[in-house]
Amino acid sequence: MSESDQALRGGPPALFGRHGGRGRGRSLLWHLSVIVVVLVVVYPVIWMIGTSFKPATEIVTSNRPWPLHGTLKNFSAGWDANPGVTFGHFFMNSLVISVLAVAGTLLSCSLAAYAFARLSFPGRSALFAVMVVTILLPYHVLIVPQYAIFKTFGWINTDLPVVVPKFLATEAFFIFLMVQFMRGIPKEIDDAARVDGCGPYRTFLWVLLPLTRPALITSAIFAFIWTWNDFFTQLVYFNNTDKFTVPIGLSLFVDQTGMTSYGPMMAMSILALLPVFLFFLAFQRLLVDGATSSGLKG
Amino acid sequence: MSSTARLDPPVPTSAAPKRTHHRTTPIKGLADRTAGYVFLLPWFAGLAIFTVGPLVYSLYLSFTDYNLLQPPHWVGLANFREMFAHDPRFYHAVKVTLIYVVVVTPVKLALALAVAVLLNRRRRGVGLYRSLFYLPSLLGTSVAVALVWRSMFGQGGAVSNGLGSLGLPRTDFINSTTWSLPAIILLACWQFGAPMVIFLAGLKQIPSELYDAVSVDGAGTWGRFRHVTLPLLSPVLFFNVLLETINSFQAFTPAFVISNGSGGPADSTLFYTLYLYQRGFTDFRFGYASAMAWTLLATVAVLTALMFRASRAWVFYTDGGSR
Repeated sequence: MSESDQALRGGPPALFGRHGGRGRGRSLLWHLSVIVVVLVVVYPVIWMIGTSFKPATEIVTSNRPWPLHGTLKNFSAGWDANPGVTFGHFFMNSLVISVLAVAGTLLSCSLAAYAFARLSFPGRSALFAVMVVTILLPYHVLIVPQYAIFKTFGWINTDLPVVVPKFLATEAFFIFLMVQFMRGIPKEIDDAARVDGCGPYRTFLWVLLPLTRPALITSAIFAFIWTWNDFFTQLVYFNNTDKFTVPIGLSLFVDQTGMTSYGPMMAMSILALLPVFLFFLAFQRLLVDGATSSGLKG
Repeated sequence: MSSTARLDPPVPTSAAPKRTHHRTTPIKGLADRTAGYVFLLPWFAGLAIFTVGPLVYSLYLSFTDYNLLQPPHWVGLANFREMFAHDPRFYHAVKVTLIYVVVVTPVKLALALAVAVLLNRRRRGVGLYRSLFYLPSLLGTSVAVALVWRSMFGQGGAVSNGLGSLGLPRTDFINSTTWSLPAIILLACWQFGAPMVIFLAGLKQIPSELYDAVSVDGAGTWGRFRHVTLPLLSPVLFFNVLLETINSFQAFTPAFVISNGSGGPADSTLFYTLYLYQRGFTDFRFGYASAMAWTLLATVAVLTALMFRASRAWVFYTDGGSR
């Protein structure tokens, strides 16, 4: 994690341009051009926030991204958009499966990561290769048979199809992320623990796990966001309004055509992304470094 | 990413104990070796129950007629025959997906590389900019962002109004058979931040002396990029190409949300995964959906193998510095 940190400070000089007398002007030009690109990229988010505070008439008539007469009506309208059930219910459902997914992922993936990173046993390389392949396996290939299996278990419209696999390390991406991190921890620490009489179990629990904390935090946040944002699995397994989650609740807005629903729709979209924004603000460096070191999608 | 584990030096365990009070050593060594499997137990279980098992079961289902209510009924190759010979929507889904993959992968990666090169310098604010560019990758697969796209590019949305105020024709991109797919492609390219941070990390690894050396040889900006950056970045580039290609085949949420599950208008956004979903979960033809799933898997597997083969010609590995 910290290697890219160091690289940022002590990295190679600018690819284009030199350090010299004209540095300040060049620097200004550089900042300006980067900021222009940032604005283009962030515009949809700005638009989403602006629209959520706009009264319906303004959404249709005005091109301004921010509202002239701000209103909170969209939030109350969106919250109660579905008869008989509020978005609060969807948020609770999403929160429960996301928290359970985090717990399951941390538990099962750290165990597997420790085995791959630190223990030697026959077949380790082959199993590691299998694990990497499962990261790349398209999930859509598994959905039909998994659905059939869960149906025979009677698990449809429960949290179990989403949560149980997480406790069995099916998100192999996180194993990979933790293995990468654990390999950076000096082996001497394990040896010292061994000399002090720790077996592999106690070494894992009391020595390696605490040292892996940054990777665990990164994994926890990604696991939360992925489950929170995941639509496909939840669409397949939750078909009862009572079990609907935030992504499904949001998708119901599409049925209401016409621009009048834009405001409430964007208001609920903002709320849906709020946890993601907050995690981003609090842990941006950790998230970006995590995405860098393990080199996978966000 | 090297795909195999580097074996650590084996722990000396089996040195035959000469003295009696060392008798615990071999037992401990055995515990060490079995410990690996114990730690892997949850993963093993998950692999068997949720990955390998379903994979095999789905292969079987692809040769059957199955609606979840009656037991699967063996039909041989009928699903595949129907798919390849009698299903125009299947071909349409393949076409839409291929266009998407072929456009998104290079455009997104070109954007990612360009911005990474722009950010690769020691200046204040680089960390913040890097995070801001990464943000869309964190949001991009959500339903919320798909809804933003639907409203921005739909009738009366910001993009249409913007075109109108520029004197151009107002366009409802979402309900246009020409423009709906490009709108979704744009959404994917918007998430260039994830490959960008990987490029950026790769760029940091390139020793600056190399740039000095080619500058002495008279190379300009382009020359330095062409002869230093590109070859030294090729492992990272390959990694990103591979990952983005595989990911692009699996796009689902934006197409589903933007077309309200239909893949419309007129199947113009009928992605492969979306059609698979419809076949399985709206038409209840799980055998057919399984046949589609295995066709996708085989395609992605062959493509991955081909890309690895082709990479030998253009990916340049330096000693130890490829990650």
